[in-house]
Amino acid sequence: MKHLLSIADLSRPDIERIMGVAERFSEVLERDIKKVPTLRGRTVVNLFYESSTRTSSSFELAAKRLSADLVSVRSNGSSIDKGESLRDTIATLSAYDPAAIVIRAPWAGAAAIVAGHTTASVVNAGDGKHEHPSQALLDVYTLRRRLGSLDGADIWIVGDVLHSRVARSNIHAFTRMGARVTVCGPPTLIPRDVEALGCEVRHDLDGVSAADVIYALRMQHERMGDSFLPSMREYVANYQIDSRRLHPRQLLMHPGPVNRGVELSAEVIESPQALITEQVAAGLVVRMAILYELLSGGRQGVAGPAPVPTVEQPA
Amino acid sequence: MSGRFSRVRLSARDADPATLLLRGAHVLDPRAGLDGAHDLLVRDGTVAEITAAGAASAPPGCEQVEAAGLTVLPGFVDPHVHLRTPGREDEEDLESGSRAAAAGGFCAILAMPNTEPVVDAAPVLGSLHERAAQEAVVPVGFLAAITKGQAGTELTEMAELAHTGAAGFSDDGFPVADAHRMRQALQYQRLAGLVLALHEEDPSLSGAGVMHEGAVSTTLGLAGIPSVSESVAIARDVQLAGYEGGRIHVLHVSAAESVEAVERGRAAGVQVTAEVTPHHLVLTDDAVRSLDPRFKMNPPLRSEADRQAVIAGLRSGTLGCVATDHAPHSREEKEAPFEEAPMGVTGLETAFAVLYTDLVLPGVIGLDLLVERMTAGGAPYDLRAPTLARGAPANLCLLDLNASWTVGESGYESRSDNSCFTGRDLRGRVLMTVARGAVAYRNRGFSIRLAADPGGPVATRESA
Repeated sequence: MKHLLSIADLSRPDIERIMGVAERFSEVLERDIKKVPTLRGRTVVNLFYESSTRTSSSFELAAKRLSADLVSVRSNGSSIDKGESLRDTIATLSAYDPAAIVIRAPWAGAAAIVAGHTTASVVNAGDGKHEHPSQALLDVYTLRRRLGSLDGADIWIVGDVLHSRVARSNIHAFTRMGARVTVCGPPTLIPRDVEALGCEVRHDLDGVSAADVIYALRMQHERMGDSFLPSMREYVANYQIDSRRLHPRQLLMHPGPVNRGVELSAEVIESPQALITEQVAAGLVVRMAILYELLSGGRQGVAGPAPVPTVEQPA
Repeated sequence: MSGRFSRVRLSARDADPATLLLRGAHVLDPRAGLDGAHDLLVRDGTVAEITAAGAASAPPGCEQVEAAGLTVLPGFVDPHVHLRTPGREDEEDLESGSRAAAAGGFCAILAMPNTEPVVDAAPVLGSLHERAAQEAVVPVGFLAAITKGQAGTELTEMAELAHTGAAGFSDDGFPVADAHRMRQALQYQRLAGLVLALHEEDPSLSGAGVMHEGAVSTTLGLAGIPSVSESVAIARDVQLAGYEGGRIHVLHVSAAESVEAVERGRAAGVQVTAEVTPHHLVLTDDAVRSLDPRFKMNPPLRSEADRQAVIAGLRSGTLGCVATDHAPHSREEKEAPFEEAPMGVTGLETAFAVLYTDLVLPGVIGLDLLVERMTAGGAPYDLRAPTLARGAPANLCLLDLNASWTVGESGYESRSDNSCFTGRDLRGRVLMTVARGAVAYRNRGFSIRLAADPGGPVATRESA
């Protein structure tokens, strides 16, 4: 695999291979020295055109744990601010001969454009409202740790599906791993023909008790201005996951950051069913696995996943 | 409709009237009832003789083309192009745009007024005619804006613009969003004459959309432009035109509901005509999955059901003509991410070959229907269709329908290269175009083949 641009590009074996590598990295992270020399001397560029806390920090830490040199560029205060085109920015950064470019941008297809103009491997860390594949992979990883397998699991994705790249990537990833996905939200925030992605659509939470997993999406307050919602109060009444709606056998996920008291009530965030901090921890090992897959995977031939280098056996 | 002021002008630079003999070509002109092998003699810019193949004799000094195996059609008329002049001559000017038209077999084109400045006052329109008389290789007509600056608030001086030679009125690029303003334009049309050519879009429905709303926009996470944003605007304006007794032409119809809205208006006796672009006839929103901005235009590529509906509309005549909506953009503008790139694609040089390859060869429509629709672009503007009938001014194109070519392989006559058909292998190549009696275009490969392939169709020239 040269790039990670879209979950839609990945087969189930591709996803399972990355999961396997991530599991072995999680063992590395239990050691005292949490660093492996896999990418020593190689450069990873983090190029973020949009604000991000967890995605950018987790890619940064993933690169550092793999001993890569890291360059972080944010649009604010860089030449991007001065109107430099994406292509020219990529040409500039490519002059450092990076092994990988991790990009987040507000435009669908931005990562694919970057891939067309650099020899580096490209990781899509969110392109517009299109895809967020590393989020989907870490969510699959988190669920596999709890459920063993997603086969036959019933997963409800609840909230603002229209504006959510997480929803798009996760529908692909969950269904590819054998789960049944239902999206649920106000009709104004469900995109037209979303069934074409292979999910069912509901507009109320009446059937949510059948779900094994409830995946709540972040509700952005700015949607109120466009009249997508008559009021936040009405949204909360109809779609908030609270202790009445969350059954003890169900798992609860959220991509963060959470609006407490909007999509989730305070008590479910702290409930034992909530996997929200596990998702963040999974983000690190899964992003290490993604960088490993793209930057080392191809060199190891086709005889199955290569061994993860350890402190005892450096690469 | 001719008001008391209107006198539509098409302007082109002076050129020597052609005298040429096309020998043994398949001459096809459904309007003139021509469909067979003939010799066609153009003398001093006029169709002088159409005889049995081999029967015509060349007058002295006449250029002769051995055209057996080639096809002669009446020249095409494109009622909808953007020539970016004045203001963005880096993208297109009257010379390059009219040359692109000639290369596509067009013998007349009408340019839209969404330039910088907008063609909303007589001096701007007058200077465009003067420039066209210096630069244009095929006759060019110009529409003037309906509202000042195409801002949708104040009507232009429509009577004076009509008197200065406007071909019609349009705010193309933008809808006349306010229904009252549209009604006033239809009322004022009784004084000024000329058709109102309407870009139909309800901006409150299309919003920030960048592609057709449907499964593909949902998959890509792109804001959608619903098909009803077009059809509700058409339905409104058809009703207003009926109420005021006005006359409208609907630009670039893209959606099934829109075809229905035009059909209902025509059935009710409203004076409404409509056009369709080659890209809406052969492409769907599936092409946008590539996120290549060359597939970004307004109205957007729609669903397969919409495509079938516009094909049916072309067949029935509800969509009476093909219009390219040729919209050049500079490379740096188009090389942006899809959401950031401007709307619009070029189309003059590919229109016939695209429709011939994708609709005629597979048997979706007949060649005679395609010729009829590609020559009918002037009808909404009361311009006579080109014909090959004897005595008519020579407006024709010579094509090799068997020739294969790859779009963009040898560049474009247009100054811009944002064709959504770049790289496509097409059949049907324009070899020569005669517009208003003068040769406006010769394919470069055509004259080269003269020596290289003596066995095939050969162009020969006998000089005096």
